[in-house]
Amino acid sequence: MNPFQFTRVTTPKAAISAVTKESGTYFLAGGTNLIDLMKREVIIPERLVDINKLPLATIEKTATGLRIGAMAKNSTVAEHELVKKNFPLLSQALNAGASAQLRNMATVGGNMMQRTRCSYFYDNTMPCNKRSPVQAGPDKGEPNGPTGCGAIGGYNRMHAIFGTSEKCIAVHPSDMCIALVALDATVNVSGPKGDRKIPFVDFHRLPGDAPQKDNTLQPGELIMSVDLPMNEFAKNSHYLKVRDRASYAFALISVGVGVDMKGKTIQDVRLAMGGVAHKPWRLTEAEQFLKGKPATEANFKQAAALAMKGAKSFGENDFKLTMAPNSIVEALKTATKTA
Amino acid sequence: MTDQQHPDESAENSGASRRDFLKQSSIMAAFAMTPPAAVTAVEKGLHEKVATRFEQMPLRVTINGTAQQLNIEPRVTLLDLLREQLNLTGTKKGCDHGQCGACTVHVDGTRVNACLTLAMTTEGCKVTTIEGLANGDQLHPMQEAFIKHDGFQCGYCTPGQIMSAVACIREGHADNPDEIREYMSGNICRCGAYSNIVDAIMDVKQGGQKV
Repeated sequence: MNPFQFTRVTTPKAAISAVTKESGTYFLAGGTNLIDLMKREVIIPERLVDINKLPLATIEKTATGLRIGAMAKNSTVAEHELVKKNFPLLSQALNAGASAQLRNMATVGGNMMQRTRCSYFYDNTMPCNKRSPVQAGPDKGEPNGPTGCGAIGGYNRMHAIFGTSEKCIAVHPSDMCIALVALDATVNVSGPKGDRKIPFVDFHRLPGDAPQKDNTLQPGELIMSVDLPMNEFAKNSHYLKVRDRASYAFALISVGVGVDMKGKTIQDVRLAMGGVAHKPWRLTEAEQFLKGKPATEANFKQAAALAMKGAKSFGENDFKLTMAPNSIVEALKTATKTA
Repeated sequence: MTDQQHPDESAENSGASRRDFLKQSSIMAAFAMTPPAAVTAVEKGLHEKVATRFEQMPLRVTINGTAQQLNIEPRVTLLDLLREQLNLTGTKKGCDHGQCGACTVHVDGTRVNACLTLAMTTEGCKVTTIEGLANGDQLHPMQEAFIKHDGFQCGYCTPGQIMSAVACIREGHADNPDEIREYMSGNICRCGAYSNIVDAIMDVKQGGQKV
């Protein structure tokens, strides 16, 4: 690992000013992704600002729902009574991610900031538009390895089928974020220009011409907390994760579902998919179609077909065009208990 | 500069204030206040970026019940601190990327991957390694159970497996073999000890011993 300067802060204000002072400075939360990337020299910070002592780990009821502090550990959130009772989809998604050790380290804010697990991004010798323009390390601005996209025309079994660009087909790796986008979460951030709220659906971005930018945070902005509005999905929630082994693997496809049922009719529904795009992929058209309709397999199949409009595969990941709609149907059947 | 000498500064912004200090103060003052390696670098008139490479910072951490006052480079992981500096080689380095669990230790009672934990982030924490599990000559019940059920095989992954197994019970996730497999999945070994490890954990859990 390359040397860096280390600063420990105890207030959000000090954290923000420490990061805005210099470029090449990164917040260090749980470190489960950042330290790994530093060991591989994919990211070479000049300074780390350790935010682990910030008082941002509380989980509390608000007038409209639940507020989860950015520094709350993934395991704490997953096991929290208010989360399990009101937002079981979030609990399930968190427990489907990583291992028990990593969930004890990883934080909610850090989870939102984790980088893609695309193997071309992780390998400095391979072309990657996401890694190379990153301004990091002693040679700021110099590409860190060759540019281009190794995954297009390469080994792209794990890669995206929605919202890709000719620059990047990487997927966002988080399970937690699939639940958050389905649950209409809002991110509260604080920065040098003050506080603001970002609807979760707008937090991550598609690659376009700037795949190095994963999200819409401005320089120096610190994630403070995530707000979840109360809903009626608790009884009919399900997170389906399809992966190469039973535990401790990233999703090939994942589907987060929350349904508000009246008898056998779907009053309201939330649907989001992971493993398919550069950001957590909300299935708005399928949601609209299902509202007011009976929970039947035929309707689920139609919804899944609507969700797959515009999907495009790249060879190795062709199977996702079949696995994704099947997963949507399976997740809906489980959530509505019609399986 | 230690935490005791400058509690406010170090708690708020220790790295930044020290660098400013190094730039502004005389070498004599630097001698008095900074760790030896950093002083040497500045004294020799090395460029600041080069000086950073020699920089060490104070760390207070309790390891297996013993309070430690250390000076370390910020890039040292908890795993490397334990093995290279403190000679606690029971904790193993497997993949060194958070994927195999061989480096599992407890920090303030929860299990973590020591390879992805910067030692500096354990300031003021209590760390327990495999060496700290036994009570003197009396092995921990989980260590006994691993021996009884032959959960070792080659033994390299065993310290991490045992630390995880203890945590698995403490977390309340050892009620049946499937749950144990799920909550032990962060400890990946390539041998065939898995079924024996599950048996050992079930044995301790059902025995109701305090872990």
